[in-house]
Amino acid sequence: MSGLETAPAATAAPILEVSDLRTHFFTRDGVTRAVDGVSFTVAPGETLGIVGESGCGKSVTALSVLRLLPPRLSRIVGGSVRFEGQELLALDEPAMRRIRGNRIAMIFQEPMTSLNPVLTIGDQIAEAVTIHQGKNRAEAMRHAAEMLRLVRIPDAAKRTGDYPHQFSGGMRQRVMIAMALSCSPRLLIADEPTTALDVTVQAQILKLMVELKQATDAAVMLITHDLGVIAETCQRVIVMYAGQVVEQAEVVELFDAPLHPYTRGLMASIPRIGGGRKRRLAEIPGIVPDLRKPIAGCPFAPRCPMARARCRTEPPPLIEHRLGHLAACWYAGEAA
Amino acid sequence: MTAPVLEVTDLVKYFPVQRGLLRRTVAQVKAVDGVTFSVAPGETLCLVGESGCGKSTVARLILRLVEPTSGSIRLGGVDVTNLTASEMVPHRRRAQMVFQDPYASLNPKLRAGDIVAEPLENYAPMGRAERDAAVAAVLEKVGLRAEMMRRYPFEFSGGQRQRLGIARALALRPDLIVADEPVSALDVSVQAQVLNLLMDLQEEFGLAYLFVSHDLGVVEHIGHRIAVMYLGRIAEIGPKDDVVTGPLHPYTKALISAAPVPDPRLKRERLVIEGDVPSPVNPPPGCRFHTRCPFAIPRCREEEPALREVAPGRHVACHLVAG
Repeated sequence: MSGLETAPAATAAPILEVSDLRTHFFTRDGVTRAVDGVSFTVAPGETLGIVGESGCGKSVTALSVLRLLPPRLSRIVGGSVRFEGQELLALDEPAMRRIRGNRIAMIFQEPMTSLNPVLTIGDQIAEAVTIHQGKNRAEAMRHAAEMLRLVRIPDAAKRTGDYPHQFSGGMRQRVMIAMALSCSPRLLIADEPTTALDVTVQAQILKLMVELKQATDAAVMLITHDLGVIAETCQRVIVMYAGQVVEQAEVVELFDAPLHPYTRGLMASIPRIGGGRKRRLAEIPGIVPDLRKPIAGCPFAPRCPMARARCRTEPPPLIEHRLGHLAACWYAGEAA
Repeated sequence: MTAPVLEVTDLVKYFPVQRGLLRRTVAQVKAVDGVTFSVAPGETLCLVGESGCGKSTVARLILRLVEPTSGSIRLGGVDVTNLTASEMVPHRRRAQMVFQDPYASLNPKLRAGDIVAEPLENYAPMGRAERDAAVAAVLEKVGLRAEMMRRYPFEFSGGQRQRLGIARALALRPDLIVADEPVSALDVSVQAQVLNLLMDLQEEFGLAYLFVSHDLGVVEHIGHRIAVMYLGRIAEIGPKDDVVTGPLHPYTKALISAAPVPDPRLKRERLVIEGDVPSPVNPPPGCRFHTRCPFAIPRCREEEPALREVAPGRHVACHLVAG
């Protein structure tokens, strides 16, 4: 699959610019710093992958961009999110609503629970264009049928009258994609869009996303825990750990020459097809740190095979080590 | 050839679909529909397939957690298919299970030590000191510290919980461990720890595993042989390397081709099959895969292919495979 890597000039003004984003959760057990100073940009038409394990803050980053986090439990305590030059964190709720589902759309992981079971598929796809483009019902339903055709659902016009339970898991994810693309967004955020799907269906959906991406030229922010999905769909990647970006690079560069020990550990721990049985998998010892407790130095230091005294006291800044390749590690690139 | 620790012959499990006030059976979900395989001592047989292919039902049938509709299950040469619960007791210690969800499969009100000791005490009542020593020894084998026996499950991470689940299965020194998606709930870095542990334990104790998974990368890493299931039947079974590098069944080819590969330089022609898995209530006639198979011929729609041996140890159920 020749992926999404028709790279636009890296110099184009970014469509999304996130700087020093900090999102905290306030619970009875204390303050969890789920996103702790995250910065990145997305260029127009680019596919940026965000990869990391459970609890690294990748989903909270996405939800912070769209300001979809539960208000009583969480707060964006700092930083900035600029979309097409506009500061999203300063917008009021009605202004934010004009952007959600319109200029920025999102695909969620769970196609079973993200659709309303009591509304027809057609109504759910038509909702966004009715609200954002002021289309009347007949126009909106025609548009919904067109969107279903776009995501290759057979008998599209007839199926707009069906309910979610009449669709299989893979078809529901196609419906989610149709909904997300219905207003031709400039940025599509996909949070683990294929994780709940079987591998043969995942291959169908990824292929569809790649094709639609080329057809619409929207920028994509793809969040996943699966380095295989990253390798097959993204141009640029950021690796997150404990609420922070630890590495950022073009996809080929990242896989060829990972600089951060965490990225290296992650890559070595994947059992690959063709890898054979004899090779012992590299383990990353220990577990992720508790984000409620203060982290003194590098968040990965307790699990890092290369950690030295400095790593435990001074947090390493995310700096450019090679062209376009950033890492937050005092000893980035050194052999373990 | 040593006697297999597990032999499954023509295993069938239909779940009735009941409707209405009288709970009349209106249909059968054909979860497992004629499955035959065996597992040799010290061997890992992986059952791989997508949701609804019946792989987890096979795992549960072997331990008689669900009762088979027909067919037979032999553990260590003994037919256990029709044994009563009490007759089953001595055979249960031969085969133990590790479950997928390390959160739901541990009793939150029991301490780790009690969880691991329970199977031991079921077979041999023992004093406190003896029990603690036995538990400590098992915990140490799975990479947990002895003092952790006083903790409750919530005090453990996901990976540690799965170690606890493995310790519980290991306590009785079984010949066979049936592991149903034991690493699919874990992050990759932790998954690697658990896979390495399972392989170390196999080496140390000569354990056989029936390892159920949807992840071909994992299966290829840990397996000696692979059985690919589709809609309640085995599509292909054979030595791991043969199945992965030279798949014969079109479904196996599609599965391998669909798995995302963490190598951005790799550009390959993909075999992307269309559609979803059909319902196991009404599986397609003929070959169950013909509705999605890009190579199907008229015969595939009419005649169900038998699982035939096409090379030593290599069985395939496909009309298009010669041999």
